[in-house]
Amino acid sequence: MSLFLQQIINGLTLGSIYGLVALGLTLVYGILHIPNFAHGALYMVGAFMSYFFMVDLGAHYWIAMAGSAAVVAVLAILCERLVFHPLRHSPPIHDKIAAIGILLFLEAVVQMFWGSDFRRMSSPFTGIMNFDGLIIPEQRLLIIAGAFVLVVALQLFLRKTMTGATIIAMAQSREGAFLVGIDANRVAMMTFAISGMLAAFAATLYAPINLVYPAMGHLVIMKAFVIIILGGMGSVPGAIAGGMIIGFAEALGGFYISTSYKDIIAFGLLVLILSVRPQGLFAKGAH
Amino acid sequence: MFKVASLLMTPAAKYLMLAFAILFPLVAANEYQVYVMATAFVWAIAVYGLNIITGFCGQLNLAHGGFFAIGAYTLGLLTADYGWSFWPAFLGALVMTAVLGFLVGIVSLRLKEHYFAIFTLCVGFIIYLLIDKWEELTHGTIGVRDIAAPYGFGLVDFTDTTPFYYLVLAFLVFAIWFMGRLSKSLLGRTFIAIRNGDELAQSLGINLMRNKVLAFVLSTTYAGLAGALYAGMVRFIGPEEANINHTFDMITYLLVGGIGTIMGPLLGTVGIVWITQSLQFLEEYRMIIFGPLLVLLVIFFPRGITGSFLTWMHRKSQALAPTKKRQENKVNTAQNREAESNA
Amino acid sequence: MLKVENVTKMFGGLAAVSDVSVEFEAGRINAIIGPNGAGKSTFFNLISGLHQPTSGRILLDGVDVTNLPSDRVARLGVGRTFQTTNLFEQATVLDNLIVGHRLRTKSGLWDVLINSKRLQREEKAARDKAMEALEFVGLAHVAGQFIADITQEERKRVAFALALATDPKIVLLDEPAAGVNPEETVGFAALMRKMVDEKGLTVCLIEHKMDMIMSLADKIMVLDHGEKIAEGTPEEVRNNPVVIEAYLGGDEDAAA
Repeated sequence: MSLFLQQIINGLTLGSIYGLVALGLTLVYGILHIPNFAHGALYMVGAFMSYFFMVDLGAHYWIAMAGSAAVVAVLAILCERLVFHPLRHSPPIHDKIAAIGILLFLEAVVQMFWGSDFRRMSSPFTGIMNFDGLIIPEQRLLIIAGAFVLVVALQLFLRKTMTGATIIAMAQSREGAFLVGIDANRVAMMTFAISGMLAAFAATLYAPINLVYPAMGHLVIMKAFVIIILGGMGSVPGAIAGGMIIGFAEALGGFYISTSYKDIIAFGLLVLILSVRPQGLFAKGAH
Repeated sequence: MFKVASLLMTPAAKYLMLAFAILFPLVAANEYQVYVMATAFVWAIAVYGLNIITGFCGQLNLAHGGFFAIGAYTLGLLTADYGWSFWPAFLGALVMTAVLGFLVGIVSLRLKEHYFAIFTLCVGFIIYLLIDKWEELTHGTIGVRDIAAPYGFGLVDFTDTTPFYYLVLAFLVFAIWFMGRLSKSLLGRTFIAIRNGDELAQSLGINLMRNKVLAFVLSTTYAGLAGALYAGMVRFIGPEEANINHTFDMITYLLVGGIGTIMGPLLGTVGIVWITQSLQFLEEYRMIIFGPLLVLLVIFFPRGITGSFLTWMHRKSQALAPTKKRQENKVNTAQNREAESNA
Repeated sequence: MLKVENVTKMFGGLAAVSDVSVEFEAGRINAIIGPNGAGKSTFFNLISGLHQPTSGRILLDGVDVTNLPSDRVARLGVGRTFQTTNLFEQATVLDNLIVGHRLRTKSGLWDVLINSKRLQREEKAARDKAMEALEFVGLAHVAGQFIADITQEERKRVAFALALATDPKIVLLDEPAAGVNPEETVGFAALMRKMVDEKGLTVCLIEHKMDMIMSLADKIMVLDHGEKIAEGTPEEVRNNPVVIEAYLGGDEDAAA
C-alpha cells in the first residue's frame, strides 16, 4: 500500500514539474501562437544558471533560484524581441525553424562552458519526512508545494493585476485588445518573461533529484507539448491537469509496467488522442 | 555581373557540375576527401526528401532523421541478422520507409501546421527510443555490425571508397532529376499550392490528404534510401543515427542552400559539410554557429542562397528588359483602365 | 442555381449562421452585406465546403453539396477568393496561375516520372487556361513578374484570375474591393460585370462598399447576427428600415 502511495507522491512530483513547464509553454502559444521549441532550452539554462550560482559562486539555494529565474526571464525577452517579433508576419514555418535555431544555440553555448557531462546539484532539503511509514523526501514535497505556490501566484497575477489583465485580454481577442490600446509588445515580452521564469523555477526545483546536463530539456519539452495539446492551448488549468495526468501515468506506468518505456507513455497518449481528434482534446474553434 | 550569373542558369552549367562530380575522385587529394564527398552526397539525398515535404509542401517534418535511421536499420538488420544480400535488403529498406511513412502520414497530416511539427518531433523521438530500447530487434545500444556493402555482381568492389562514391552519385543524380521534374509539373505546383495555404488549395479543388501523404511518402522514401546507402557505406550503425540532431542538421543544410529550390539541398549540404571539414575546430562549435545562422536566415534570407540568387536574377532580368517595351506596357495599362471604367 | 435551405451553423453554443434560406439565380450578381460579425464569411465557407452546416441543405444546380468537402465542391464549379490570398511570392504571376486548372486534370506521380503525353497535354492546357484568365482580368502584361513585385490591386486581380482558371460556374468573392481606392473599385465592378456578361458566370460577393454594391448588384441579401434580415433589389434593401436599424443600431455589438 505504501509503495502505491509512494508512486502517488512521485506522480504528484512529476506532474508538478511537467505542469510548470507546460504552463510557460501554453501561455506563449495561447497568446502569441508560437510553439516555442526553445522552451526546453530555457528550462535547461535555468538549471545550469542555478548550478552556476550555487556551485560556482557558492550562493544559497533560494538566491540561486531567484537569480536563475531573472536570467532566464531576460533571455526569454531577448528571444521575443530579437527573433519572434521580426518574424510576426512571416509564414508560421519560420517561427518554428527560428525556435530550433535558438534551441541549438543555447545548448551549444552551455555545452561550451560546462561540457556535456552530467552534473549533480544539491539543495538544502536533503532530509526525509516520515509520515507513519510513508517516506517522502523533502525535495519532493518542496516541488509539490512550490508548484502550488507558483500556480496560485500566477493566477492572482493574471486576475488581480492590470498587467495580468492585459495578458488575458490579448489571449481572448487580439483585435479587441488593440482597440482598447493594449500594447502588444509589452504583453509579448511579459508573457515570454513569465514563461521563462516558470521554466527556471521548475528546473531548479527538479535539478536536485535529477541530473543537470545540456540535453535535459529535450524530453521535458516534448512532454510539455503533449500536455498543452491535450490540455488545450492557452489554458492554465489545462496545463496543470494535463501535467498531472502525464505525471501520474508515468509514475504508475513506469513502476507497474516498465521503466525502460515509461517515456513513451506521454507520446503514446498523444498519438492515440490526435489520431481520433486531430484538433486536440479541447478545441475552441480555428487556431 | 548579370551576364556571368545568367550563365549559371543554363543547362551547360549543370552538365559542367556533373562533369566535375564525375572527375572529382581523380582530382581529389586523397581517398578521405572522396569519402567526405560521398557522405555529403548521401545526406544531400536525404535533404532532397526533406525538400519535398517541407520545401514544396510546407509541412515541417521533424521526424525526417528518424526515417533515415529506419532505412539504415532496415538494411543493416536484414543483411547482418537475416543474411539477406544487399540489393534485396535495399529494396526492403525503401519499402519499409515508404510503408511506415504512409502510416505516420495518414495520422499526422490531418493535423494543422504547428501540431504536425510537434507530432513529428514526438514520432522522431519514439523512433529513437524504440531503436535504443527494443534490444531483441535492434540490438539496442550495441548497434548493428557487419552490415553488407552493396553487391557489385563480381564487377565492382563497393567496399572501396571510389566505386561507392560513384554509386551514391548515381542515386543523387536521379534524386535531383526527379526533383526537377516534380517542381515544374502539375504535381509539384499542387504541393506548392498546399504550402501557400490549405484553404486556398482546397478552393482550387486539391485533395489535401491525398497530396500531403504522397509528398510525405516520397520524402520518407528518399530518407530511407539515403539511410540504407549510409548503412552500406559505414557498415556499422547505432541508435545515434536516430538522434534528433541529424534532423536539425538537415534543416540547416536545406535552409542555407535554399528551401523549395532544386539546387538548394545539394549546395547547402555539400557547402556546409565541406566548410565544417576544412575548419576542423568548427566541428565542436557547429551548433553555436548553426543556431544563429538559422535564425538570421529565416529572418533575412528565408529562401537561402539559391532562392535569393534566383530572385535577384529575375529582378535584374526584369529591370534590364528593353525600356521601350515597359513604356508601351504602361500606356496599355492606362488605356485598359479607362476602357473598363467607361464600360 | 444555388439554393440554400434553412442552413444553420453552430460553433459551440453560438450560432454563426442561423436558419438562412436564399436562392441565387444564374447569371446574376448577388451581394451579401451586413455589419461585422454577421456571419457572411461563415456563410461563404458553408457554401464552398470549408465548414459543414449543422443543419440545412445546399443545392448547386440541383446537386446536394451540403456535406461535400471543399475540394469536391470546387470541382463541381464553385470558385472563390479569400480576404487574404497567399501566393508564391518568388514566382511569376503566370506560374502561380497554372495550378488553377489542376482540378480538371488527372495526371499523377507516374505521369511525372515518365513525362507522359497526358501530362504534357494537361500542362499545356493549364498554361493556356492561366494565360486566358490573366488576359480576362487585364493583367497579361505582368505575366512574367514576381508576385512580390506587383501592386496590391494587381494581386487582387490575380486572385480573381486564379478562381477563374478553375472553370467555375459560380464565383464567391470575399471582400474583393477591400483596400483599393475608388477608381480601382470601379475597375473591379466592371470586371465582375464582365464575368457575368462574357462568361455567363454567377457572381456572389461579400462587400462593405455600399456605392459599389448598390450600382452593381442584381440582388442583395442582408445578414445580421447570423440571420437573414432582408433580401431584394438594391432599391428595396436601401429603403428597408430593418436594414438601416441593423447598420446604425447594431454597431456597438459589432465592434466587440
